[in-house]
Order: sequence, then structure tokens, then C-alpha cells
Amino acid sequence: MSVSWQTLADALSLGGIYALMAVGIGLVFGVLRLVNFAYGQLIMAGAYAVAYASVWGWPSWAGILLCFAVVLALTMLMDRIVFRPLRTQSPAVMLVATFAVAFLMQSIAVLAFGQLGTIASSMGPLNQPWDIGGVQIRKIAIVSVVVAAICLALLQLLLTRTSVGLHMRAASMDFRTARLLGVRANRVIGGAVLISGLLAAVSAVMLTARDPQVTPIFALDDTIIVLAGVVLGGLTRPITATLGGFTIGFASGLLGGALPTNQSQYLPTFLFAAVILVLLVRPNGLFARAGGSAERL
Amino acid sequence: MKRLHELIAPVALVLGTALLGLVVSSALQTYFLDTLIKVAIVVALYVFIGNSGVLSFGHISFVALGVWTAGVLTVPVDQKNAIMPGLAHFLLHANVGNVPSLLLAAVAGLVFAFVAGLPLMRLSGLAAGIATFGVLEIVNNVLRYYDKIGPGLNAFSSVPQTTGIWQAAIGALICIGVAFAYQRSRFGRQLRATREDPAAASAAGISIYRQRLLAFAVSGALAGLAGGLYVHLLPVEIDSLYLDVTFLTLAMLVVGGSGSLLGAVVGALAIGGLDSFLSAAENGVDLFGWHLNLPTGTAVLAVGALMALVLIVRPSGLTGGREFSLAWMRR
Repeated sequence: MSVSWQTLADALSLGGIYALMAVGIGLVFGVLRLVNFAYGQLIMAGAYAVAYASVWGWPSWAGILLCFAVVLALTMLMDRIVFRPLRTQSPAVMLVATFAVAFLMQSIAVLAFGQLGTIASSMGPLNQPWDIGGVQIRKIAIVSVVVAAICLALLQLLLTRTSVGLHMRAASMDFRTARLLGVRANRVIGGAVLISGLLAAVSAVMLTARDPQVTPIFALDDTIIVLAGVVLGGLTRPITATLGGFTIGFASGLLGGALPTNQSQYLPTFLFAAVILVLLVRPNGLFARAGGSAERL
Repeated sequence: MKRLHELIAPVALVLGTALLGLVVSSALQTYFLDTLIKVAIVVALYVFIGNSGVLSFGHISFVALGVWTAGVLTVPVDQKNAIMPGLAHFLLHANVGNVPSLLLAAVAGLVFAFVAGLPLMRLSGLAAGIATFGVLEIVNNVLRYYDKIGPGLNAFSSVPQTTGIWQAAIGALICIGVAFAYQRSRFGRQLRATREDPAAASAAGISIYRQRLLAFAVSGALAGLAGGLYVHLLPVEIDSLYLDVTFLTLAMLVVGGSGSLLGAVVGALAIGGLDSFLSAAENGVDLFGWHLNLPTGTAVLAVGALMALVLIVRPSGLTGGREFSLAWMRR
């Protein structure tokens, strides 16, 4: 088992992308107590936007813009027609509802774009290696680490330095008390949903650059792993969810690169066995503070 | 046993489906058989999810285990090498009949669910959801790639196709009977009490952990039995028992109403019927002189849309979580 620089860089970049997805899922969970299983399908839609823009011969910046537009529109639509009517329901009902939305979007993609998928070739240059001191590292690995770091830093500023961020943190601690103290529910939820949509769009661009083959199940496996990571880290605060996402992305990137080929097919087994073990020891999450009560479902 | 009349509607629905399946053409009969097996799976899900109120994404792995057990033990010995070239020696010569293979499938589901439940039932909420999901991932991953124990990515062909209408109907009825007996027993009532108010139930001396574990094991046995029935119906690819089936069966339970046995049966039949019809239409079907040919993917689309709609309009499901009552008829 040997770890190359490329493997390490890939693991870091996967950790970065998963951290972005994790915080996108974690923010919405904070204000709505809703685990959005359909998050991966938002990313899939964004990836199709990038792919089709490249098929139509648009420049890559236009593809990225289209991706943001599509993902944000779908996020808002999802909030409007699914999350809002279900806000008062139990977390179990909401989770199953997002399950339904996920499969709905996936089957729409199958009907509209076909099973085979489309290639987003405009992102190709990002897959070329950079030569850093004799070590070859793919550009996308470095770009995604940098982008993830910038996004997380901006988010941290937003959450700690602005009143919207303060409201959001208050709402995720105790929604009712926050409302009684004058936090506007719709504004906070809208803000959280919007940010989570932005993060989904960023993740979509990064994932498309890593893997330009866009199919209806694009990002499905990633979302499942991120969901496990989010619960693994703990959903109590955005930072714990982020750390959980990063940890599982880094671990899965490292294992995927380091395992010998005849064992790498068992990667999900190793990964989920580890997740189950950690949850048994720390059901509230790896990074949760002691003494918090577990989420019931 | 009191309140036996609650069984009238579920049993009548299953028997009605079976009788309808007897009169249609053999091409359409497969859909009826498939739906009856879905009833068995959804009832198995209901035993745990409905009574405990805890979501499980892991039950399809028990079905897969039942498929594997019944399949690997009933492929004729002289064909095992052809279908499963990497098969371990001790499985190479094992062969049992139809009924023993179904029983062993149920036992496999029971034992595996019990062993998996020993640690997992300590969890609740999202942690339980993700952990049961992990079980599904692991079982799917191992059965897909470990070719020493099964056909891996290939289909379980050459398994004797003994699941006819009656075997499927009897299997579904056994599941319904066990689910009913369980929910009326003191164990079932204790588990339902923990669902309504965990704090009060523990204060009354109920061990939430033990009751959940028992329900998990019972529902694992039923899911294993359903898997056994399934592999005797058609050459199953174990790999296909994954997210789609998990979604479809959970949708059936939620749409029917996860709070009652009747809900499980109604949901399975309603969505099973719709899904079968649309799947048939994807291959082209003649309906009252119309030729209907839908593009691939319509069935999943319709099921997803219906499920989202029912959840938004009627979150407690079509039956509202109530059992069948004779008072409905007197009104």
C-alpha cells in the first residue's frame, strides 16, 4: 500500500468537494430539520447544464453560469413545492419525500437526456497535470481544494459576521425561540436554501471537471457517501457536518487510491463498516460536543 | 385472538389479486406474481418501520440475502460450475428442495437481521437510518463482487421456477399472518408504545432496544422469505436489489400508510399495480384497442410523482394508518 502525491491531492480535493456538499446539506438541516436526499440530483442537473453548454459550443464560463442558474432555480422550486408544504411534518416524512423527489428528478433526466450520458468536454483542460517540483498533480485537484477553502471561509464569515448568519445559527439551535426573538422564519430558511443551492452549483462544476461523463445517476454515489459523512460528523452545527464531509471524502479518496485493485471494489464495504462503527461509539457524531441530545426520527 | 376481522381486508385483497392473476395471460401473470412478492416485502418492512417508527433502509439487504440463500441452494448441482465458476467447495454440492430453500431463506434473513440489529438497534433517528443504509451498501457490495459465494454480477439462472400464483399468494399471506400476530402480541404492543412515547414507555419498564431488536429480526425473516420467493420466480440479479427497490418498497409503505398492516398491503398493491401497468406499457401494451407505448423511465417518474403528491396532500398515507374495521361497512 503506497500513497502517491496524486492520490493525496485527489483525496484532499474530494474531501474539499464533499465538505461543500456536506455544509449545503447541513445548513438546510439546521433550519428545516430536513435531510435533503435530492441534493445529489441538484448537482446532477447542474452537471447536465455544464455538459450541454459544452455540447452547444458555449465558452466554459457561460456553462458555469448556466449551471448556477439551473441549480438555483431548481433549489428554489424544490423549496417552494416540496419543503414548504411539508415543513410541519416529521423528519421521517420529509426524508422520504426528498427520496421521492430524488427519484423523480433522476427519472426525468433518464427521459429527457437518456441513460448513456453526455460528455462535458469544456472542463477537459482542468484534468491536465501541473508539474510542481517534479510531481505531477491534476489541476482540478488543486483548483477544487482552493475553491472549497474559499467557499468555506466566505461561509464562515457570513455565519459569524452578518446578522443573517447570526439568525441562521440561532434558528438552527432552536427555531421556535429564535422566531419569538424576532428572527423571520421565511428569510432564514430562504437564505439557507439559497446558500445550499450555491454550494450545490459549485460542487456540480467541480465534480463535472473531475468526471466529465454526466449520466442520470451522476453524483448519486457521492451524495450517499456525503450523507453518511454528515451524520458521521454530527448535524448539530454546520462546522461538524463540514468536518464529517471532509473526513469521509478524504478517507474515501485515500482508500480508493491506496487499496490494491482487487480490493478497491470493496471500498464501499470498508467505508460503511467504518461509518457504522463510529456511529455505534458516537451516535451524535464524531465532532459533536458531549451532552447534546440525539436527533430522533 | 380478538379483532381478527382486521385481517379480512388485507387477506381479501391478496386473494383477489391472486385470483385476477390466474385469469390473465401468462405474460401479464409475471406482473401479478411480482406484485404479490412486493406485498410480502412491504409487510416485512411494516413489521419494523410501522411498529417502531424508526426508518430502515437496510431491509432490501435481507431480501437479497434470502435471494442468495434460496438461489445458491437450489441451482442444480451439475450447473453450479457454469453459473458460479468461483463458487466455494462447501456450496458446490449443497442442494435442497423448494420449501426447505424458502424456510432457509427466512432463517438467513432472521439470523442476519438479528446479528446486524444487535449493535444497530442501540441507535435511533438519523444515525439508525444511515447505519441501516450502511448494511444495504455492504451486503450489496459483497454479494456483487465476492464470486466465491454466488453468481456476482450475473443473474441467478437455472433456479427452479416454482413460484406460481399460489406459492406467491401463500407467501404473502404468511407474511400478513405473522405481521398481524406480532402486532397483536404483547411485544408488538410494547413496541408501538415506544413509538408513541419513548420516554413514557421506558418509564413503564419497556426495553426499547429489545423490542426493536425483536421486530427487526421478525421483519428480517419475512424479508428473507420474500427474497426466496423472488428468486424462484425469475432469474434475479442480486445487484438489482439496491436503491431502486428500497425506494419503491418504502414508497409503497408510506403511500399506503405506514401505521397499519392494511396500509402496507394497500400501498403495495396500489403502487405495484401502477408500476406494473406502466412497466408493461414501456414495452408496449394494447389497451381497449389503443396501442400504448411509453418511453423507458415513465414508471419511476409516475411512482415518484405519486409518492411526493401523497406525502404533501396526505402525509399519513391512503389508509391514514388505520386498520380495516367492520364499522366501515355498516356506515
